[in-house]
Amino acid sequence: MTALTNDHDLHDHDDHHHHEAEAADRYVFGFWLYIISDCLLFSTLFATYAVMGQNFANGITPKELFDLNFVAVETALLLLSSFTFGMAMLGANVENMAKTKFWLIITALLGLSFLGMEIYEFVHFSHEGATPQTSGYWTSFYSLVATHGLHVTAGLIWMFFLFIHFNRDGFSNENKIRLSCLSLFWHFLDIIWICVFSFVYLRGAM
Amino acid sequence: MSSSETGPGGQAHGSVKEYVVGLILSILLTVLPFYLVMSGVGSDTFTVIAIVVAAIAQVLVQMVFFLHMNGSSEQTWLTVSAVYTVFILLFVIVGSLWIFEHLNHNMLMGH
Amino acid sequence: MVQTDLIKDPHVLTGKLHWGVIPFHDPVVAPVMFAAILGGLLLVAFVTYKKLWGYLWNEWFTSVDHKKIGIMYCIVALVMLVRGFSDAILMRTHQALSTSDTFGEGYLPPEHYDQIFTAHGVIMIFFVATPLMVGIMNVIMPLQIGARDVAYPFLNSLSFYLFLVGALLVNISLFVGEFAAVGWLAYTPLSGIEYSPGVGVDYWIWALQISGIGTTLTAVNFVATILKMRAPGMTMMKMPVFTWTTFCANVIALVIFPILTVAIAQLTLDRYLDFNFFTNDDGGNQMMWVNLIWAWGHPEVYFLVLPAFGMISEVTATFSRKRLFGYVSLIWATIAIMLLSFLVWLHHFFTMGSGASVNAFFGIMTMIIGIPTGVKLYNWIFTMYKGRVELTASMWWVIAMLITFTVGGMTGVMLSIPANDFVLHNSMFVPAHFHNVIIGGAVYGYFAGFTYWFPKATGVKLNETLGKWSVGLWFFGYFFAWVPLYYTGFDGMTRRLQYIDNPEWQLPMYIALIGVVLIAAGIGTQVVNIAWSLYKRNDPQYKDVTGDPWDAHTLEWYTTSPPQFYNFGDVPHINDRDPLLDMKQKGIAYKRPEKYSRIHMPKNTWAGPVLGLLTLPMGFGFVWHIWWMVIASVAAIFACWVKLNFERDKDYYVEVPEVEEIEGKFLKSNEGRNYYFEKNAKYYKKWKPSDQNDSTVVAK
Repeated sequence: MTALTNDHDLHDHDDHHHHEAEAADRYVFGFWLYIISDCLLFSTLFATYAVMGQNFANGITPKELFDLNFVAVETALLLLSSFTFGMAMLGANVENMAKTKFWLIITALLGLSFLGMEIYEFVHFSHEGATPQTSGYWTSFYSLVATHGLHVTAGLIWMFFLFIHFNRDGFSNENKIRLSCLSLFWHFLDIIWICVFSFVYLRGAM
Repeated sequence: MSSSETGPGGQAHGSVKEYVVGLILSILLTVLPFYLVMSGVGSDTFTVIAIVVAAIAQVLVQMVFFLHMNGSSEQTWLTVSAVYTVFILLFVIVGSLWIFEHLNHNMLMGH
Repeated sequence: MVQTDLIKDPHVLTGKLHWGVIPFHDPVVAPVMFAAILGGLLLVAFVTYKKLWGYLWNEWFTSVDHKKIGIMYCIVALVMLVRGFSDAILMRTHQALSTSDTFGEGYLPPEHYDQIFTAHGVIMIFFVATPLMVGIMNVIMPLQIGARDVAYPFLNSLSFYLFLVGALLVNISLFVGEFAAVGWLAYTPLSGIEYSPGVGVDYWIWALQISGIGTTLTAVNFVATILKMRAPGMTMMKMPVFTWTTFCANVIALVIFPILTVAIAQLTLDRYLDFNFFTNDDGGNQMMWVNLIWAWGHPEVYFLVLPAFGMISEVTATFSRKRLFGYVSLIWATIAIMLLSFLVWLHHFFTMGSGASVNAFFGIMTMIIGIPTGVKLYNWIFTMYKGRVELTASMWWVIAMLITFTVGGMTGVMLSIPANDFVLHNSMFVPAHFHNVIIGGAVYGYFAGFTYWFPKATGVKLNETLGKWSVGLWFFGYFFAWVPLYYTGFDGMTRRLQYIDNPEWQLPMYIALIGVVLIAAGIGTQVVNIAWSLYKRNDPQYKDVTGDPWDAHTLEWYTTSPPQFYNFGDVPHINDRDPLLDMKQKGIAYKRPEKYSRIHMPKNTWAGPVLGLLTLPMGFGFVWHIWWMVIASVAAIFACWVKLNFERDKDYYVEVPEVEEIEGKFLKSNEGRNYYFEKNAKYYKKWKPSDQNDSTVVAK
């Protein structure tokens, strides 16, 4: 995935370095644009949740089900994983592979635990009689929270493949681009979670 | 923006200190709303406002300390696009809520 | 027709499919189906006989060249235009016949008529207007900014195939099963499983979902291309207007297509898994669908029309032999439209019942958005004023657009008044209005751009006489077809009527039928024109050897027609808003640079067609509930994605000798060009270079 560029004003021996910097900038910026579109995807889900927030259809309400201690642990896991990803990035900045990999593994474990808790929560809610089919409220709840969960899953799969890439090519330019994009993605998911726990869980438990 | 001194989309690289400060601020801004809701101190209106303010503050904290956004001239497009995104998502969310509040009121749909 | 037990309990291998869903006995569809199959087989046989598969695969299907992808978009768009327009002819003839004494009820049964108006709307917006525009953007925008390709060439190829799969699904629905019969935006709860249990809405869902994701990717691609890959010296305020409008259109698309994706996904969950987003009971909210679909849908029409404004601007400036009048005001008008387009969506459902305050706000915003649009009309008119207007076919399109679009804009202002809208809502007046702006604004603009840039993309100029005939036929055809419908709309005729019992509407329906015949002749002329001009491609009258047949202003005319795969042998430094005009005036255009550098290019890739087309069995499997097919396709997509990710060797260099050889030929063949430029030079002399120290320059 190296670059395409207008290199007419550069000397040949500068080509390579110039391409790499230009490619990194271009690809990470493109990924940022994707994040913007993802942001609107979530905002549509939040808008739906907000509009349908009281449509319980005489079914079970969130107040009866939400356990804020549980959500606090989920939040802590995700927030910590955002921090540990930052540590991995610092490792990558100085091209320290061992450090990068160590913090990435910690991040992946935190992410996995978060995902496990979320799945447990969904199963638990379903047993209590709150399935997506129960009411408009639960439809919008599950679609919003599960979309976030699916993004986390995608991030974890991405991390797995990034490991293989690291083993193959080390800190190649492409791998650095991949890591930067994943870092954006992961921090973005934490930011979305801030909105989820604030507007869904805290508000729903009130 | 294409200088190799900057990272993702023109961001600076950050340091341990930056991440630690971000983490501490995030923890504070998380604990506060959780505490307010779980303990039940303060009126409902106050709690809701506190939740919203803490959420916005924490989003900003993470953008600054984790995503290293600083509004510098290398990040012009990053900043412009972020502001644009915030406006559009406010249009969509606030607009929808406003439309449906009036609709529910006029059509006598419950509440 | 569809067996009910298969709907409840799909077969494990074939899902809901069975022989009964193929309309062998339908007097209209069956002949079309056999003709299509026969035509397809003949095409395959021809390509095989001529041994063209290798060429097509290597040079076109796997190409990541933005110009070739753009041409493929345009070809599919033109094919779909014929398909969508046949639906229009069916509707007009049916409505005309249904008012007569002899054929009192027309000839199309309600469920068929409903599918036709749905397919017409979906095809014309998603599979004609969008791809025609994206195709032209693809060919032209990178050339205008002096880039060698778009920012992510593979993604561009993938976008094309996702769009193609959407188009294929719509066409498959004609022969296998049915299409949606719920209107082009599939309002709930009609489109819910309870009222539309068939597969029609599912075809609608997957066609739009897959092609919509393609459009999101295109938006990411084009925005990044414009922001990151401009030629040196080209600041934002030196960008050509078409690039600016492309930029704003894609900035809109970037944030609205996710809304469509979510809304469709929600409808999908409602239909497949009994969720309660838009259901009547269990706390669903059907109006939320209307809200979301228009929060996407209204900015979408600006996504369609802004690039057309850009095309109109380029054509007007070139053929008026002047710089564009009020460049800066036009750019700010575009940005204003871009932002305001997000604040008007409720005007599509004033009658929903949100009340006076909400309606007043959205009504006023709708009126306000007319202001920057009006600014643009003045920009074009003042560009022509005191210019040396050269009435080529593309300029005819511009003039047709100025007149038609102004009328459409005015009826739009009428509709923007909520009290008026309560009278006109859902009447024939509304389709008359939006056809007026979409045909008059967007489509005429695309055709102006298409005629103008055709020589750039193919190296062949279109026939001017035939071109002017098609403008005339379209122009008068449009007014014949829709003015009567404005009238019937006022008179109380609702949209989408399969049965008309008012004898007074007979005459308007007949006049409208004449209009649609005229437009059909216009489209026919265009098809003949393209075929004829390509046939005469080596005739000096048609062939463009100069690369700049119109003596134009912008960078895309600085290279060969069609451009080389690397676009420019040498990308010049940009000093002016109209860089080519600037270079021609300074006498530095088409001079051999001191030295060429080697050029870095991406390699073609199998991944675009393979990954993209794999979504076809996925969508088809979802439509018919053939789960093994869905699982297999998703697994294959994932496997291909992984393989692609671990590939190396994705790019290469074009070495200097090769560049020198190609460019040398071009510069030599270009010796005859100065004559044409000198002819216009005296008009250009009056115009000073654009301001070098623009106060509104935005940092790169």
